[in-house]
Amino acid sequence: MIKIQGLHKKFGKNQVLSGVDLEIDKGGIFAVLGPNGSGKTTLIKSILGMVVPNKGSISVLETNIKNSWKYRQEIDYLPQIANFPGNLRVKELIRMIKDLRREQGNEERLIDLFGMQPFLDKKLSTLSGGTKQKVNILLTFMFDGPLMILDEPTTGLDPASLIRLKELILEGKQKGKTILITSHIMRFVEEMADEIIYLLEGKIYFKGSIEELKNKTGQTDFEHAIADISINSADV
Amino acid sequence: MKCSDGIFALFFLLLGNHLWCQTIEICKSCAVTTIREGVAQASDFDTLLIKKGTYKEFNIKVDKPLTLLGEDYPVIDGDDKGEIITIVSDSVTVDGLFIINVGTSYTADYAAIRVVESENFLIQNVVLEKLFFGIYLEKSKNGRVYHNKIIGDAVDEYNSGNGIQLWYSKNVTVERNIVQHVRDGIYLEFSDNITIHNNISSNNLRYGLHFMFSNDDIYTENIFENNGAGVAVMFSKKIKMQGNTFRKNWGTASFGMLLKEINDAEINGNTFEENTVGINIEGSNRIEYKNNDFVKNGWAIKVRGACYTNSFVNNNFLYNSFDISYNSNLNDNKFERNYWSGYTGYDLDKNGIGDIPYRPVKLFSYVVNRTPETIVLLRSLFMDIIDFSERVSPIFTPDNLLDANPLIKPLR
Amino acid sequence: MFKILKYSFYDLIRSRWSYVYFLFYLALGFVLLFLNNDLSKAVITLMNVIIVLVPLIGTIFGVMYFYSSKEFTELLLAQPLKRSTIFLGQYFGVAGSLTLSLALGLGIPFVLYGLFRSEAIWNFSLLLIIGSFLTFIFTALAFNIAISNENKIKGFGYAVLLWLFLAVIYDGFFLLSLIVFEEYPLDSFSLAATMFNPIDLSRTLILLKLDISALLGYTGAVFKQFFGTNLGLTVAMGVLLFWTILPVFRLAYKSKKKDF
Repeated sequence: MIKIQGLHKKFGKNQVLSGVDLEIDKGGIFAVLGPNGSGKTTLIKSILGMVVPNKGSISVLETNIKNSWKYRQEIDYLPQIANFPGNLRVKELIRMIKDLRREQGNEERLIDLFGMQPFLDKKLSTLSGGTKQKVNILLTFMFDGPLMILDEPTTGLDPASLIRLKELILEGKQKGKTILITSHIMRFVEEMADEIIYLLEGKIYFKGSIEELKNKTGQTDFEHAIADISINSADV
Repeated sequence: MKCSDGIFALFFLLLGNHLWCQTIEICKSCAVTTIREGVAQASDFDTLLIKKGTYKEFNIKVDKPLTLLGEDYPVIDGDDKGEIITIVSDSVTVDGLFIINVGTSYTADYAAIRVVESENFLIQNVVLEKLFFGIYLEKSKNGRVYHNKIIGDAVDEYNSGNGIQLWYSKNVTVERNIVQHVRDGIYLEFSDNITIHNNISSNNLRYGLHFMFSNDDIYTENIFENNGAGVAVMFSKKIKMQGNTFRKNWGTASFGMLLKEINDAEINGNTFEENTVGINIEGSNRIEYKNNDFVKNGWAIKVRGACYTNSFVNNNFLYNSFDISYNSNLNDNKFERNYWSGYTGYDLDKNGIGDIPYRPVKLFSYVVNRTPETIVLLRSLFMDIIDFSERVSPIFTPDNLLDANPLIKPLR
Repeated sequence: MFKILKYSFYDLIRSRWSYVYFLFYLALGFVLLFLNNDLSKAVITLMNVIIVLVPLIGTIFGVMYFYSSKEFTELLLAQPLKRSTIFLGQYFGVAGSLTLSLALGLGIPFVLYGLFRSEAIWNFSLLLIIGSFLTFIFTALAFNIAISNENKIKGFGYAVLLWLFLAVIYDGFFLLSLIVFEEYPLDSFSLAATMFNPIDLSRTLILLKLDISALLGYTGAVFKQFFGTNLGLTVAMGVLLFWTILPVFRLAYKSKKKDF
């Protein structure tokens, strides 16, 4: 699915990724975690080709992504901040994304699921943050690619929508998709993730299941286990 | 007494009066085969009827009052050997000839037709090609040059001549002629009381019309187009110029009209269009410019040297790159009630006259005078800003050089 | 690319700013025609205005659009689209809609005043050609500035400086150097200096049309050849085209290297 070797990235003087090696070759939900500034978003953007690495190689679905763009057809990406061209209507945005991807989507179901019907003819600039996030989710989940990347998917969602989102993610997992998630909500991660990828100082500090993580840190609670990594590493 | 009137001629013929007006026919198969022979045989006031054909002749001296009348444009071919027709008698008429191949010389000014110290001549309907000098009037009076076509092939100034030249001549009318591709289209030197009307002088090497030391002349409704240096009026007095058109005289030293040492002239109702310089004025005083149109010239008027008491009233200045250019900051000339397309003022009292004065001299024209290449900065914002500040408080341009009553609408 | 262009274009023609721009030109056209009541004179006045104003608007608008569409860009970047496609699409969308505003804004009043029955139509076409070139050039330059500067304020600053430099300061130095070196033959230099500034270049095209009588008053052989034949027109148009293509290429190149 995804294979990353020796990935380095520097923004100015700031070394963000320094030798990330990662291999994911099966379906499931993978949570990318780490303290602020540990390079989660950079890693995800590198996979998406939005950030150009200084060193190292990334392949997605057996193809090296360097100077390539067609592979993104297989990725459904949910960006962290949902901001869209304000002059477009929701309906037009959906149509536009479908048009750009040259793909059919199953947006009807999602519109019903999130109760988006009343907003379809509204301009995006008039929508609230939560509604924008729903649009964001809709745009991501209406396609059926084998790889899904969700950057802080829970932001601004009401409880009912959060439940529906979780259902959608699990549904994707059942279809055998590979789903990468970043989140600050540890309860959400604990509930959903099959595996944790923990980034620290530009490297992968830990990769494994929640159980393995608990064992490693000697904590029984997931949230504490995560906190423990941050504290211990800060001592190093 | 001339014999140009056909009815009189017929009348006298019917009377069988051979002493009066006789017509001598000249053609290849006639009794008389050359013009020279015809002139020799003719008596005073006879008509030589020259039939269609080619006559290889030159140095034909007309020394008695005769009419040389061509039928269907007979060709007189001078074979580049010298002058073709020289008129030394009064009352000679030349009509309907086609003269080509006048000799070129560096020592003698050979002409197609020369009139020497004669009066009452008429030269009309003549076509001249491949000439050196065309029609040359020398110390002659009271004549008329009418409806001729002079087409030269001049390339260099030094070995080409003028189309119509008047030298020490008086009371001559030059009308409806077309002169092209010679050195000077029409040239006047020491010739007074000359009328030049309705001619077209174009594509000449040097000047379309050239005045030197000639006074009390009038030229009206002529067209001067695309001449090397336009029209030059120099060292002359009391010239009237009316309703002429000066067009497309482009080049480094090219003008619609050049005025040099001209006093008391009237320049009315002329059109100066698309010339590098509309009028270039040097040392000319008391000239009245009225009702002229200056359209799309590089410089409408360029004033050099001392020019005093000239008045510019009721002219239209339309879309010239520069309206007026001065090379000093003194001004003794009057600008009043002209229309300036560059005027941006307003007319709140609606009397047709702008409420703020117009300053026709741009600072930029001084800069261009000094460093010609700066012309490429014409219409740049930077120059506009500088011109604007100069207009607000003039430093380099004459303070009193302004049109206090600029018109809001162009004059028709 | 055409899809991006289409959507950027849609987005823009619905934005307030395009209307402001369009209405501004509409008003300018009507006011000029009302004041002058003469097509030729209005066109000449407009030419002076256009070569300064269009670059300013193109630059500001280009920078503004680039920064404000950052999220849209990121949305597009995650789609299976080539990067250069995204940026060129947006660029052509902006430049295209600005050009359309210009053409319609000026076109409507002039057509109503009888442009098609007047001889000013050639000057007016030249005006539109120059306006379009300048829009495309300065929008491209603005995109280049914006793509190289993350900081909005800096980007805006550079954009305005660029405009100020090319519209005014450049000519100041140009004039100064011509006067300082007036002893030397300068005609080649002055023509070359014109080529390095798209505003001057456009001005040259206007001069060729309006001031040919004045331009031919100079002795230099190079000048004579440039202005007296079709050479001037060809060269100026060619270099303008070059000025359009170069920043677009740089934009495509830069967009490949940039991180988001």
